Amino acid sequence: MGASEQGLIGQSVKRKEDVRFLTGAGQYTDDITLPRQTYAVFVRSPHAHAKVRKVDTSRAKAAPGVVGVFTGADLEGVGGLPCGWLITSLDGTPMKEPPHPVLAQGKVRYVGDRVALVVAESLSQAKDAAELVDVDYEVLAAVVSPADAIKPGAPVVHDIAPDNRCYTWGLGDKAATEAAFAKAAHVTKIDIVNNRLIPNAIEPRAANASYSRSDDSYTLYVANQNPHVERLLMGAFVLGLPEHKLRVIAPDVGGGFGSKIFLYGEETALVWASKRVGRPIKWTGERSEAFLSDAHGRDHVTHAELALDKDGKFLGLHVKTIASMGSYLSTFGSSVPTMLYATLLAGQYTTPAIWAEVIGAFTTTSPVDAYRGAGRPEATYVVERIVHQAAVEMGIPQDELRRRNFIRTFPHQTPVALTYDTGDYDASMNKAREIADVAGFAARKAESAKRGKLRGMGYSSYIEACGLAPSNVAGALGARAGLFEAGEIRVNPTGSVSVFTGSHSHGQGHETTFAQIVAARLGISVDAVDVVHGDTGRIPFGMGTYGSRSLSVGGSAIVKALDKIVNKGKKIAAHLLEAAEGDIEFKDGKFTVAGTDRSKTFGEVALTAYVPHNYPLDKLEPGLNETAFYDPTNFTYPAGTHICEVEIDPDTGVVTVAKFTACDDFGNIINPMIVEGQVHGGLAQGLGQALLEHGVYDKESGQLLTGSYMDYAMPRADDLPSFEVATTVTPCTHNPLGAKGCGEAGAIGSPAAMMNAVMDALAPLGVRHLDMPASPHRVWQAIQSAKKG
Amino acid sequence: MYAFELHHAKSVADAAALLAKTGGKALAGGQSLVAAMKLRLAQPGHVVDLSGVAELKGIRREGDHVTIGAMTRHAEVASSDVVKGAIPALAALAEGIGDRQVRNMGTLGGALANNDPAADWPAGVLGLGATVVTNKRKIAADDFFKGMYETALGADEIIVSVSFPVPKKAAYAKFPNPASRFALVGVLVAQTGSGVRVAVTGAASAVFRCKPIEDALAKSWTAAAAKAVKVSATDLNSDLHGSPAYRAHLVSVMAARAVDAAR
Ligand SMILES: Cc1cc2nc3c(=O)[nH]c(=O)nc-3n(C[C@H](O)[C@H](O)[C@H](O)COP(=O)(O)OP(=O)(O)OC[C@H]3O[C@@H](n4cnc5c(N)ncnc54)[C@H](O)[C@@H]3O)c2cc1C
Repeated sequence: MGASEQGLIGQSVKRKEDVRFLTGAGQYTDDITLPRQTYAVFVRSPHAHAKVRKVDTSRAKAAPGVVGVFTGADLEGVGGLPCGWLITSLDGTPMKEPPHPVLAQGKVRYVGDRVALVVAESLSQAKDAAELVDVDYEVLAAVVSPADAIKPGAPVVHDIAPDNRCYTWGLGDKAATEAAFAKAAHVTKIDIVNNRLIPNAIEPRAANASYSRSDDSYTLYVANQNPHVERLLMGAFVLGLPEHKLRVIAPDVGGGFGSKIFLYGEETALVWASKRVGRPIKWTGERSEAFLSDAHGRDHVTHAELALDKDGKFLGLHVKTIASMGSYLSTFGSSVPTMLYATLLAGQYTTPAIWAEVIGAFTTTSPVDAYRGAGRPEATYVVERIVHQAAVEMGIPQDELRRRNFIRTFPHQTPVALTYDTGDYDASMNKAREIADVAGFAARKAESAKRGKLRGMGYSSYIEACGLAPSNVAGALGARAGLFEAGEIRVNPTGSVSVFTGSHSHGQGHETTFAQIVAARLGISVDAVDVVHGDTGRIPFGMGTYGSRSLSVGGSAIVKALDKIVNKGKKIAAHLLEAAEGDIEFKDGKFTVAGTDRSKTFGEVALTAYVPHNYPLDKLEPGLNETAFYDPTNFTYPAGTHICEVEIDPDTGVVTVAKFTACDDFGNIINPMIVEGQVHGGLAQGLGQALLEHGVYDKESGQLLTGSYMDYAMPRADDLPSFEVATTVTPCTHNPLGAKGCGEAGAIGSPAAMMNAVMDALAPLGVRHLDMPASPHRVWQAIQSAKKG
Repeated sequence: MYAFELHHAKSVADAAALLAKTGGKALAGGQSLVAAMKLRLAQPGHVVDLSGVAELKGIRREGDHVTIGAMTRHAEVASSDVVKGAIPALAALAEGIGDRQVRNMGTLGGALANNDPAADWPAGVLGLGATVVTNKRKIAADDFFKGMYETALGADEIIVSVSFPVPKKAAYAKFPNPASRFALVGVLVAQTGSGVRVAVTGAASAVFRCKPIEDALAKSWTAAAAKAVKVSATDLNSDLHGSPAYRAHLVSVMAARAVDAAR
């Protein structure tokens, strides 16, 4: 290809990885079968909350083909699953951190909680034996909603938190916010629920663990987004294994959306048991298990108030949220409704005073943790729903009220801890309005009305914080890990390049985007670059992929390593060309003595580095292989405006998204096609949350009512409109790529735009309140209650 | 799935004998049975595959009837020129079942024997007043559907075919459950030789005829007449996707839409 830097960056290079994915050559965890493989099944709790009086495994152990049966009793002394972020309550006490056992110890706390591990020669033998594990439960009362959990007298999930509160945390300035409300001309109030979502990656969680007697080490294949984090947490905190004795490989992974960030009990139990049975153990979650036991997302109950002056300037925002932790603290569960949520409540606005209070509540449900957007969709939903409502109440057009409050000078310090480096919110709003043909809306609404349909339009001007994270800032806020990224560039002797990254691709297309960065910089073909990820045995210590961090943090580490490669290459070229190092320029794959036509190609320099016959061995090491770690100095702030137009059939309550426009500012873009794909996926998930998806537990029994696709409504292709997506660009000011991240924006911005459109359409009927998902049944009910008045 | 023994029946008689002997289950398209077996909800020791039985296949026009073999796949009904010509409502009903994979495997006989409360076929059979032909007898649609997952079939009784009288006009309107896309409410309206028939699926524990709408349409075959009927919500299903009141409302709305679409 030999394209120049300009040529390759910004090009929609076809995804290299798709050849293997589309031809069935991908290697997922379940595709890997090891010699002497055994198979695992977990016995799970059928109850939401119960004491485990006795587990009798004798019948199971005697069943055909059984290799081992393990329960919590066998794991006594083994650590619990750790939580990666310490939240400190307003009163200065640390959050309540109840034990999170690998296999239940004395009690189960959600339907699907792990009680026993059965290992057998075949999967069906393991299943048969699992049915023979006799568990004596004493059933206790369930509590499934976070709002109910903190009420006096609610069933207690963990003894160390008798009020079911993990923490009561706050951010912002309470006094300043109260003062702002005191002088407000208008106050808008809303009560909203952010619906619980179940991730549903197409590949269920899976693991295959083995122990090698020859060097006393373990290897774990696992569907995971961050193998080094998995290794660190499992080795250091749970099993007491030194890292050099545990290799974690996350091969091809079929989607994560956050749910595969976390350390789960299943793979931990497998690693532990692999030494006990002396054979590799494979577990592949079934869809029903995924519904029950993957960490879920969202599940907030919020009351918010916005104070405005008579011109619609925002004076203060007060938010009170009760967030579900689920039954146990998952890896990042504590940080999602706090650090990743309340910090975003300024949105794109100059709101000078904000006070946010968050109660983390334990419930007898699957743990809740990061799910695409993680905290930021919840924040956007609060801000953009209340701004919509305020505009309605004050009779100010939606775009106008937003514009009156946009931040226009940067850097901007918000009252909730973040410093936005750059942005142009008018630009994305204007472009979105143009593409959405806002001018033609009235005519389209009239046309819908002729057909008896209600049409509405809604805005969402969202912001998010990506590029996690400056390690020192995160550390001060309670993070228990660093959040840098690592990259290694290994130039091979004949000039091809292997890139080792701590980021992990499970749908994001890193193998292409990262290759473009490297190929552009080194002036070589994209095909000459391979990106290696997901194996602690091969890559440098990295933090993995979540929070739209891979390009801005992982990509920046690669750029830093490339800098080192080019610098060393210049030294080698200077020697070969008998010129001063300072006179060597590198461009389009050539090292040239400035102002001359004397040059050496990248390939010649690479070969010389590994065949150092004519080489300054006294001054320079041979080889061309560089590693860099990049720790960002700030978060990145992707932002944009989404505009949604819906049509509602009042007879049935069906909401159809007629038009959806997303104009996003992701900073510089390496591969527009991949970015568009990421936005489409995010929007599909946003639509899922707004209109379809809802994880529901039965209030009494604590059973998951939406435990399969019979009841959990995943978006299908024909639920989606043809999205209009566009971008504006203000490059990030503090990373070398000027990139901000695009993986979550669709899911963050869109639900509010969709619900605001629904509210706009229903407003003429007098509907004032509707929670997600705006399912036909709920919309119809809202219309009926409005009719009754 | 538990272990089981698979038998390949060669004829209806052979299948009936195998079922009687083994106490097993007939296997048609497997779209309900195999799923239940995989979840270990069904555990037949013997399974009798009907896919090799020629007598169970095919679509024929016989005078003022269309006869469809029990092993006919939903996709075959949807694309059949005979069905599209005589009873387009049935072709459309079949086209609206599940997804392409399901339609290519699932069968008319399997759907009827299964009698899922939210299945589409029962509305077609009851709404058109069809006759279910088994290896033992002929059963009128009005006598066939007994309750949730319950039919008039005996243990070793096999559906051979279903005979549909060609209506003057008919249409099926389905409001899909947003998650499963089975019928939250599905209504088949028909003007038949024996009067107006309206069959409703999805709304209750089993398919039923909606007398009030039948009466209204007999008086005035218009969408407005159907829509004006306030259907009783008593005994209708209640779940996350619809209250009894919502379902009752949808019965009238879907009936009206079906009247508009009827040909
Ligand atoms: C993803 C999915 C979506 C679906 N969506 C819909 C939908 O939208 N609408 C809808 O109506 N259905 C839907 N279905 C169900 C589908 O139509 C099934 O095909 C049907 O319910 C069963 O038919 P089958 O041929 O697969 O029967 P099988 O699963 O093979 O058998 C079902 C039962 O019928 C018995 N049986 C089969 N044939 C006979 C016979 N000739 N005589 C006596 N007993 C017999 C079997 O013993 C068994 O008990 C869906 C299924 C799936 C998997």
